[in-house]
Amino acid sequence: MTAAVSIAGLCKSFGDVRALEDIDLEIGQGEFFGLLGPNGAGKSTLINILAGLTRADRGCARIMGHDVRDDYRLARLCIGVVPQELVFDPFFTVREVLRIQSGYFGLGRENDTWIDELLHELRLADKADTNMRALSGGMKRRVLIAQALVHRPHVVVLDEPTAGVDVEIRNLLWRFIRRLHGEGHTIVLTTHYLEEAESMCQRIAILDRGRIVALDSKEALLASSLGRTQYVKITCASALREVPAGVRDRVRHCEGNTLELVLERGADSIVDILETLRNAGAEITDLHTERADLEDVFLELTYGRREAHED
Amino acid sequence: MKTEFSVRRYRGFYTLFYKELLRFYKVSLQTLLAPVVTTLLYLLVFSHALEEHVVVYERIAYTVFLVPGLVMMTIIQNAFANSSSSLIQSKVTGNIVFVLLAPLSHLEFFLAFVLAAVVRGLLVGLGVYLVATAFVAVPLHSLAIIVVFAILGSALLATLGVIAGIWAEKFDQLAGFQNFIIMPLTFLSGVFYSIHSLPPFWQALSHLNPFFYMIDGFRYGFFGVSDVHPGLSMFIVLFFFVFLSILTLSLVGRGWRLRN
Repeated sequence: MTAAVSIAGLCKSFGDVRALEDIDLEIGQGEFFGLLGPNGAGKSTLINILAGLTRADRGCARIMGHDVRDDYRLARLCIGVVPQELVFDPFFTVREVLRIQSGYFGLGRENDTWIDELLHELRLADKADTNMRALSGGMKRRVLIAQALVHRPHVVVLDEPTAGVDVEIRNLLWRFIRRLHGEGHTIVLTTHYLEEAESMCQRIAILDRGRIVALDSKEALLASSLGRTQYVKITCASALREVPAGVRDRVRHCEGNTLELVLERGADSIVDILETLRNAGAEITDLHTERADLEDVFLELTYGRREAHED
Repeated sequence: MKTEFSVRRYRGFYTLFYKELLRFYKVSLQTLLAPVVTTLLYLLVFSHALEEHVVVYERIAYTVFLVPGLVMMTIIQNAFANSSSSLIQSKVTGNIVFVLLAPLSHLEFFLAFVLAAVVRGLLVGLGVYLVATAFVAVPLHSLAIIVVFAILGSALLATLGVIAGIWAEKFDQLAGFQNFIIMPLTFLSGVFYSIHSLPPFWQALSHLNPFFYMIDGFRYGFFGVSDVHPGLSMFIVLFFFVFLSILTLSLVGRGWRLRN
């Protein structure tokens, strides 16, 4: 089956800044794919190249098998992009904006039913005849999503779709995006809310300084060496005089009667650690454990790598 | 499948063209009415001040001479303003992205902006002509020549507007383009005088100004009299239009200052 998104050897520089370096990536049809990375990692540049908003210096990108440069018309018919910035045309009402966007993709009044459905699903029906200038930020964000979906693209790219959106609307958006995914659309998501990526994405690529530093299924990333990490917080009845030898090299933080440890699941035994502490005279009153999540993996692969390079 | 795709392609172009028309229609007080009033004020002031002192063509009153030049000036200025302001506004506010994401060809992008600007130029020009002729009897030598020069002139300036709109990154730069290139070329094109009334050096210089040929050819359509042969004027205006169109299509195709 043709890949929904296929990228090979993609490079892009802005002056001396290398925004993307030799990116290879394939996203299958129907996948929910997460593209994560810190600010300036190259996520938006990559999305802009897929959307035809930026030209790559080298390499090629295809949407549903159509080259974004040589076969740009078909490529653009297959992709819908929700831009990160809250951009809008102040001359038009919400419905006019959607009809115009629909027309750009060759669709006429026969698409009005889908436009009405989008307005309803995104709770914009009562704002259909309101000028874009009069909408709140969250409403403008929802119009951007409707604009990206107005031609029912195979691939939907959401660049920070929930930035600046309140919790209720965020939940509404995710319900709708899950529905689109359920209907077979390929979703490519960039977000700073890593819990969103963790709960929704099947595969994740982490970009840092223009390179892909991790590309795997969510489960595989979480099961990686960092994903096997477990944090343990132990509270004792009184402050420890000295951390016993068998525990000392696992201490992340020790203050007063609280001890924070980093253990490796499978290799370290909490029972043994607690036994060692008891033997050293500690009276344990509370125990809290926490597994590393996607955020820890992300931080380690991006900022952690940078610190290692700088050392 | 092939037929469906061509119909869809046509719709994309038509939508951008329609959207550009709707854009200036929604602010028609500023884009249609205001330029008509401004041009009629020019006519009023210049005709009162110079009617008794200036004779350009024998048996043609100065006010009558002035009307075609002012109509053409209005047409070309508004055609330029429409395409350039639409593009710079879309770039500055960022909503140009919606057009750039669409599966429109470079030619469709170019034609939609140019044709909408031609429509605005012609509407404002027609407005000036109709109001002016209510007060001044202007002869009509050849309607066909008038229409051809009006369309060619507005299309040429609309194309220049597309170039300016793509090139400019802020309103300040566009104002510079308008004030230091478009305005001098317009005012030195013979709107208010015949170049035969100029000293030889300025006459020769005027022949290098493509705007002069637009005004002179357009005026020929009314009076049957011109400073140069209307065929030559038509060829020169057409040449500049084709040259600038090819240049613009190349810039749009490369995504110059649009797809970065």
